[in-house]
Amino acid sequence: MAEVEETLKRIQSHKGVVGTMVVNAEGIPIRTTLDNSTTVQYSGLLHQLTMKAKSTVRDIDPQNDLTFLRIRSKKHEIMVAPDKEYLLIVIQNPCE
Amino acid sequence: MFPASKMPNKQPPRKQSINIGRGARKRDEDSGTEVGEGADEWAQSKATVRPPDQLELTDAELKEEFTRILTANNPHAPQNIVRYSFKEGTYKFIGIVNQMAVHFSHVGNLIPRDSDEGRRQHYRDKLAAGSQESTKVAISETEILEEEEPKEAETEAGSQTDMPAAEAAEKVTEEELMTPKQPKEQKLTNQFNFSERASQTINNPLRDRECQMEPPPRTNFSATANQWEIYDAYVEELEKQEKTKEKEKAKTPVAKKVGKIAMRKMASIESQSDDITKVTQAAKIMERMVNQNTFDDIAQDFKYYEDAADEYRDQEGTLLPLWKFQNDKAKHLAVTALCWNPKYKDLFAVGHGSYDFMKQSRGMLLFYSMKNPSFPEYSFSSESGIMCLDIHVDHPYLVVVGHYDGNVAIYNLKKPHSQPSFRSSAKSGKHTDPVWQVRWQKDDMDNNLNFFSVSSDGRIVSWTLLKSELVHTDVIKLKVEGSTTDGLNGLQLHTVGCGTAFDFHKEIDYMFLVGTEEGKIYKCSKSYSSKFLDTYDAHNMAVDAVSWNPYHSKVFMSCSSDWTVKIWDHTIKTPMFIYDLNSAVGDVAWAPYSSTVFAAVTTNGKAHVFDLSINKYEAICNQPVVAKKKNKITHVQFNPVYPIIIVGDDRGHVTCLKLSPNLRKMPKGVRVLYRPR
Repeated sequence: MAEVEETLKRIQSHKGVVGTMVVNAEGIPIRTTLDNSTTVQYSGLLHQLTMKAKSTVRDIDPQNDLTFLRIRSKKHEIMVAPDKEYLLIVIQNPCE
Repeated sequence: MFPASKMPNKQPPRKQSINIGRGARKRDEDSGTEVGEGADEWAQSKATVRPPDQLELTDAELKEEFTRILTANNPHAPQNIVRYSFKEGTYKFIGIVNQMAVHFSHVGNLIPRDSDEGRRQHYRDKLAAGSQESTKVAISETEILEEEEPKEAETEAGSQTDMPAAEAAEKVTEEELMTPKQPKEQKLTNQFNFSERASQTINNPLRDRECQMEPPPRTNFSATANQWEIYDAYVEELEKQEKTKEKEKAKTPVAKKVGKIAMRKMASIESQSDDITKVTQAAKIMERMVNQNTFDDIAQDFKYYEDAADEYRDQEGTLLPLWKFQNDKAKHLAVTALCWNPKYKDLFAVGHGSYDFMKQSRGMLLFYSMKNPSFPEYSFSSESGIMCLDIHVDHPYLVVVGHYDGNVAIYNLKKPHSQPSFRSSAKSGKHTDPVWQVRWQKDDMDNNLNFFSVSSDGRIVSWTLLKSELVHTDVIKLKVEGSTTDGLNGLQLHTVGCGTAFDFHKEIDYMFLVGTEEGKIYKCSKSYSSKFLDTYDAHNMAVDAVSWNPYHSKVFMSCSSDWTVKIWDHTIKTPMFIYDLNSAVGDVAWAPYSSTVFAAVTTNGKAHVFDLSINKYEAICNQPVVAKKKNKITHVQFNPVYPIIIVGDDRGHVTCLKLSPNLRKMPKGVRVLYRPR
């Protein structure tokens, strides 16, 4: 248990990381390092997008599954790691 | 009797010609016609009578014959129709004229009798006729009655007419019944004596009765049926089936109990565990991605960068620094061992300890992945410094380490313990001096894992993992030749040599080399425990590393703190090549892709790469790879797949460098086992 906490801490303290959050299967944020409104917004939108992406991947080949989703925008990069029950979202400024 | 239309004109002439008529009668008898009395007047008027306004014509004119031709021409049709002809541009006389004269036209509506409409009309007519008939009958009956009435007495007529009326009524009703679907139900009432009677019953009042129950509980259920949801369901089913099969197989009452308890424990642990542990996998992937973002350019370099300047460098090459691995916990510990994992090409193990005799502290074993340069994947700490390590080829999760205090230990990466799975101890025959090298061997006859270790106490020991214990067997005791001294009681004591490095031959299983502190290299065999196969006077100082060439079965290499690297043919006592590197050489390693390339690292922070096929006397790359000059490089290892090397120094840092193309040239015609990616 402590290992995961440590890993999350390390991710949060990594260079360029703006925020991290853990969202459960229904789209409700469990842990976050950002403020409430932003978290709720991110979690709701990204949850839907992840479901869509997962559905797309699996529709094409049911034996396949989504492992990672990255959205690179002008300002930063949003990374989503889906799990069976949870969603880990990290927002990072890639150093360029 | 007498037709009204008579010729009135004939009256007066008849009077005149009565006498004439009589006279004519006599003449008529000859003709044979018998005329009645009244006909006398008629017969007498034989002479032509002229109307007064008749046209007077002469005989000649009378005899004139007028031919009357009966033609089919229409007298009213025009005879001189002229039409404009556009072809000729003139008016043209049309000779043929339509001669048809329509006298009468009437739009009729005949329908074939067998068609639908015809049948329908026929049917309707029948119905109409039927009703008409009934009315006709009634009418006719009443007429008859009416006629009968005046003839008979009223009362009698009444009774009698009643009967026929009733009969008639009956007839009518019968007829009514017989003709189907009368459009109107005509109620035939007796015209004379009829009264209607009706009665009304009490209608029971109606009352509604209802009963209501609680509605059954309902929930909405919705799901999507995608291809992959169906697939998931199937997979689950399969797994369940397999589980039941396994349960059936492993059925013993004791096992069951244990199993149940374990299951219960598992379940309770799962429910108690924090939700956050389930994010482990995702967190791991995420960390790697975050690192990839940060070290994006390095990752790109690693994968794709090829130094183009090598073309102009005339066979020299460079080392491009990539990642740098370091950990706070291993800050003051030197890198004492490096090993790439044979299965996962991006994973390598780093052993930390200290070479300093005076400053001995703890040791660390860290596993790094190139995908995550900022934090090790696995980390183990130990009380004593780690001096060497080796990863098993077949079981890449088993790592054997040798400690400074002479112990050896096996770590199992699959298990989450931070303690080694097996450990030697003073009882089980640990070395009395630091273990300088350990090497896994092939599994023995009983499929037990075993490894060799060499130490400064002069023993080369073979350890076997029997079930859960490490059992040791002394293979060879290194003795310095020619140095027997007389000890107490006439025993001959041999000075024990200190082994510092060894390497097993790649093909000849039993043959191996041992380097010692005295600078000698012994070629030994596993089967002979007291005799060496050969001895080489290699160096003036301790031999730091020996290594067989992966391709040439006869060639091996050695390096030493006496600043030299020597290449030998094991059949020849003297080295083939000697390289002086101006500084104590910490480690040498052959390249896996070429039989002529090797790298050496020195304590002045430089890495030297040699390629014997290009330049036999000099390094083709000579580059400082660590930051400060005081930083000594202790070990070097080539990655079996990628063109990179890792270099460990005594500050606890591991640097990853990419070999430029000139350093990776593969000789032609030589058997090459390595395929570049």
